[in-house]
Amino acid sequence: MSVLKIKDVSKIFPNGNVRAVDSFSLEVADGELVCLLGPSGSGKSTLLRMVGGFERPTSGEMTIDGEDITHVPPEKRPTGMVFQSHALWTHMNVFKNLAFGLKLRKVAPDEIKRRVEAVLDLVGLAGYGTRHVAQLSGGQQQRVALARSLVLEPKILLLDEPFASLDQHLRERLREEVRDIQQRLKITTLFVTHGQDEALSMADRIVVMRDGKTEQIDRPDVVYREPQTPFVAGFIGTMNLIEGNVANGIFSKAGYSTPLPVSDGPAILAVRPEALDLAVASEGSQGKVHRVTDYGTHGLVDLELNDATRVKAMVSHPDLFRAGQGVTLAPRAIAAYRDGVVIHRA
Amino acid sequence: MTSVTIRRPTDWTGIIFAVVLTLVIVLPLVVVGTWAFTNVWRFPALIPQEFGLRFWNQTLARADVWSSITMSLTLATTVTFLSALVCLPAAYAFARLDFPGRNILFFSFLAGHAFPKFGLLVAIAGIFLQLNLIGTFWGVVLIQLVGTLLFMIWIPVAAFQSVDRRMEEAARDVGASPMRVFWSITLPQAGPTIAAAILLSFVGTFYETEGAWLIGAPQVRTLPVLMISFINNQPVIQYGAVLSVLLWVPSFIALLFARRVVNSGSFARGFGG
Repeated sequence: MSVLKIKDVSKIFPNGNVRAVDSFSLEVADGELVCLLGPSGSGKSTLLRMVGGFERPTSGEMTIDGEDITHVPPEKRPTGMVFQSHALWTHMNVFKNLAFGLKLRKVAPDEIKRRVEAVLDLVGLAGYGTRHVAQLSGGQQQRVALARSLVLEPKILLLDEPFASLDQHLRERLREEVRDIQQRLKITTLFVTHGQDEALSMADRIVVMRDGKTEQIDRPDVVYREPQTPFVAGFIGTMNLIEGNVANGIFSKAGYSTPLPVSDGPAILAVRPEALDLAVASEGSQGKVHRVTDYGTHGLVDLELNDATRVKAMVSHPDLFRAGQGVTLAPRAIAAYRDGVVIHRA
Repeated sequence: MTSVTIRRPTDWTGIIFAVVLTLVIVLPLVVVGTWAFTNVWRFPALIPQEFGLRFWNQTLARADVWSSITMSLTLATTVTFLSALVCLPAAYAFARLDFPGRNILFFSFLAGHAFPKFGLLVAIAGIFLQLNLIGTFWGVVLIQLVGTLLFMIWIPVAAFQSVDRRMEEAARDVGASPMRVFWSITLPQAGPTIAAAILLSFVGTFYETEGAWLIGAPQVRTLPVLMISFINNQPVIQYGAVLSVLLWVPSFIALLFARRVVNSGSFARGFGG
């Protein structure tokens, strides 16, 4: 049973008085994998480093299983961190990298050997103990870094963009493997990434961060389908965010209009490309096709409204559309935002 | 199938540079080495009339040669050890900590090399005279210690700075205390470059002449100081040549050792390369 609680944690860096994390709270349940997702500078890595003990919070409290760890040094925390750059010790071979932490804990040599071999087997590197770090590929190095943390059986596993330095193919394979291992070991995990694919495919819950604050905490499918703020809507997946005005229940923008049952005033209409139907129109068109891209399985139509606002629509038959054609737009699912919060969803 | 051979143009400029450099570096060494093993070499002969070890026997039979060799080795070892003891923690602090006046203090180690060295030594000698350090072993140690500061601060600072902070954090993460991180991670990572700095300090101290002469003479006589007096006072060239060859031995051994623990990149890293 390992529960991580973060309560009202803030971090202000003295240089430039930057508030990197601002009154952040989160509870990670036992065996849960939570992704901290956000753009660069959103405070997600700082938060992870505070949980790991490498940064001191300016205020707030952190507990693991009810025990206050806020001011506990990293070497005394029951956490294991996997770094983006792997941070393997290049003057040691794989076995020594994994055994170092166990030796510090004065584990018997036979037990060290057994545990190192077991964890190498777990990450698919059985027999690699005598290899030097420099002899390993990027993916293998990342597996060793993961094994180095896992061999100590930490209560909380911290992953700091562990796949960022790997190529796309390897990244996809490794994230599946890491998720499998995490679920098999039922280890509570906090995972930082700026890759939404990683977050959506791995996480039990996603925390979308911006400027050190939480924008939304939800299951991946909820974050994708029901973003609570325009920032989340724009950050997760591809979203058309059309700024316009509502009058008498009609949203309008540069010749395009659609019913929107909210009070009059400015609003942002959010429509996913896959929820926007297009039809070729010789008269009464609401937009003009700018470019059509055929991806084989589907097509993506870039179109412009009358004021050059760009909108994307996913179509199953891209061959039906050509640049310069007039089209009408029919959204199947919309959300609307005003003052940074959702005001309508249909 | 025909094969095409691409002839690279001969780089005459490079060849000329290599030849000139070789002559400038190797020729004096060959001349000194030849003189050391020469019994008779009279003008205008191009090669010695008689080779032999006569002057080696005469030189090594002198008690002052052996005492100066012992003195030089003791001094170089003591100075290098003390320099490492003082400078390495300081270098770590310069590399890892941010404190007021850090940059000024760091650059102040260059100051000793920014003036004509002899003027600085004379000024220090004046102070040492009042402290009764002139003509003492520890006086020479102190003056030579100043000469090692640049290598033993600047190179290790670059070495410590080049150690990935994430490696140190990863060690703390698995349970290592800050001291254990230093011994098990930082030092082995920076080790080869620090070994280069220690080597340079040892060799530099072993060959240091001005400070040893000004502060130590006549009571403390190192091998280079003895060599100078031989060259100045003896009309026989071979004595100086034999001592020169003797002076090569420690640096030769040190370089052989260095090749085992230091790769060429360590020197480059030490200078920020």
